[in-house]
Amino acid sequence: MGADFVTLSLTPILIGALAAVACALPGNFLVLRRQALIGDAISHVVLPGIVVAFLITGAVATLPMILGAACAALVAVALIEAVRRLGRIEPGAAMGVVFTAMFAGGVLLLEQSDTSSVHLDVEHALYGNLESLIWLDASGWGSLTDPVALAGLPPELGRIALTLVAVALFTGIFWRPLALSTFDEGFARSLGIRTGALGLALVVVSALAAVAAFDAVGSIIVIAMFICPPAAARLMTDRLGAQVGWSVVFAILSAILGYVLAGYGPGWFGLGASVSAAGMIATVSGVILALAAVFGPRRRGAIVAT
Amino acid sequence: MSALSLVPNADRVAADAAALRAPLAIRGLTVSYGQQPAVFSVDMTLRAGAMTAIVGPNGAGKSTLMKAALGIVTPLSGRITAFGAPVELQRHRIAYVPQRASVDWDFPARVIDVVLMGMYRDLGLLGRVRAHHRDFARDCLDRVGMTDFADRQIGQLSGGQQQRVFLARALAQNADLYMLDEPFAGVDAATEKAIIAVLKGLRDEGRTVLVVHHDLATVAEYFDDVLLIATRKVAEGPVTQVFTADNLQATYGGRLATQQIDRLPGAGA
Repeated sequence: MGADFVTLSLTPILIGALAAVACALPGNFLVLRRQALIGDAISHVVLPGIVVAFLITGAVATLPMILGAACAALVAVALIEAVRRLGRIEPGAAMGVVFTAMFAGGVLLLEQSDTSSVHLDVEHALYGNLESLIWLDASGWGSLTDPVALAGLPPELGRIALTLVAVALFTGIFWRPLALSTFDEGFARSLGIRTGALGLALVVVSALAAVAAFDAVGSIIVIAMFICPPAAARLMTDRLGAQVGWSVVFAILSAILGYVLAGYGPGWFGLGASVSAAGMIATVSGVILALAAVFGPRRRGAIVAT
Repeated sequence: MSALSLVPNADRVAADAAALRAPLAIRGLTVSYGQQPAVFSVDMTLRAGAMTAIVGPNGAGKSTLMKAALGIVTPLSGRITAFGAPVELQRHRIAYVPQRASVDWDFPARVIDVVLMGMYRDLGLLGRVRAHHRDFARDCLDRVGMTDFADRQIGQLSGGQQQRVFLARALAQNADLYMLDEPFAGVDAATEKAIIAVLKGLRDEGRTVLVVHHDLATVAEYFDDVLLIATRKVAEGPVTQVFTADNLQATYGGRLATQQIDRLPGAGA
């Protein structure tokens, strides 16, 4: 764990962990609202949003992309609602149709447009570029206190950290109405809580987390982190606060373990190159969910009703 | 419009005056899901300090009427006031118990957490739950006989216990008007007795209770007033005057045999 680690692995692990937590926090409420697929939908429709933003501005700039992706997320939510109501189709199917179609549209747009000059392609969209977010200015742990080196941190780190702060603030401030309206929407409305606006805000915040994470780590992690850590956490506890706490632990664990396994794991088995960090992080989160489903204290069948 | 209609009708004036301060007054309420109206042009005035049942067949708009009164569903038309002011301004005086089956009991919460939800208006967004909040929540659980279950996960409760927890949450709202949607659906006899005792206690303290009710056999025993609806209002008033065979026949149409009505307590022809 020397200078190489700081330069090559510290920032990707940090970014991966922050992105995982930013997605897992709203994911808790999405999963409890049986809207886990919304997270999936959002992370897919981010692609056409980003491509359209690129086509309009002609540059890979962060702000237009975030705006484009956020707009795409809102369009997707409206479309899902429209398909559900007009087509009388159950919500899951409506989400599946909308996000697959929009993602496919994004792929077509990407192919047709001239993006060869910029770093924007389907592979990047799926896996992100976590391994490339290295800290070249770092020369060891000492660099953490060196202002010159700190200025050379990858910009993704600051972005995802800011996003996490925003997501955490939203979750913290609106904890009570979020919990109330998730458990009992009718009662929440009778108290005067604007459940529709709150639900939409949750989707927008999820979209924000998805866009920032997508930028750094690709959509595979985003999808996995919205669902796997919260779902695994639900199997560990019967209290909402504790569930969210567990989900944060699982998200961080997935990011660290996944990154290390991807980078060094193949070597341990005598295999050559490392594997995709994003893929491995998502896989680890899936394995954690599987373990929680088998061993979690609150799994189905583990509780004896009295 | 003729000038005649502007002359105030004495009955109408008296009714409006009563409605002005009634715990709940509804005028011309129409609610529709899609094409079919679920509730059509209903007027009602709740009598303060009384226990009133909303009775009618399945799909008659009983729950919808209650949800519209609470602002949970948006009506097509109608005016709703509570204690003489728009409902939005009186939410702190109204407690609501939704249908038990309308929520997911797998939600990660303990019994005490659910009761504390009734104090949301006191606690606000970020207010800390203090000892006196917990004490009051435990008092409310005690009144429904659920003290020993405070730390139990809500998914482990029986249907009757879940309904008691919901009632405890409403008690924690410390309201002047209690609205309950089918509180006796799928609960055991002991729970039904316990719930009715609590509701009568509230009534005896001068609070007003409105219940969506489907068991015709207990209407006369439990309630003071009754509102009979089948999308439209059929009748409203004291059970002794309104809960008659003719009105029930009009409410349920052919769905209720005459012999059934004859056997109902309090529903003499």
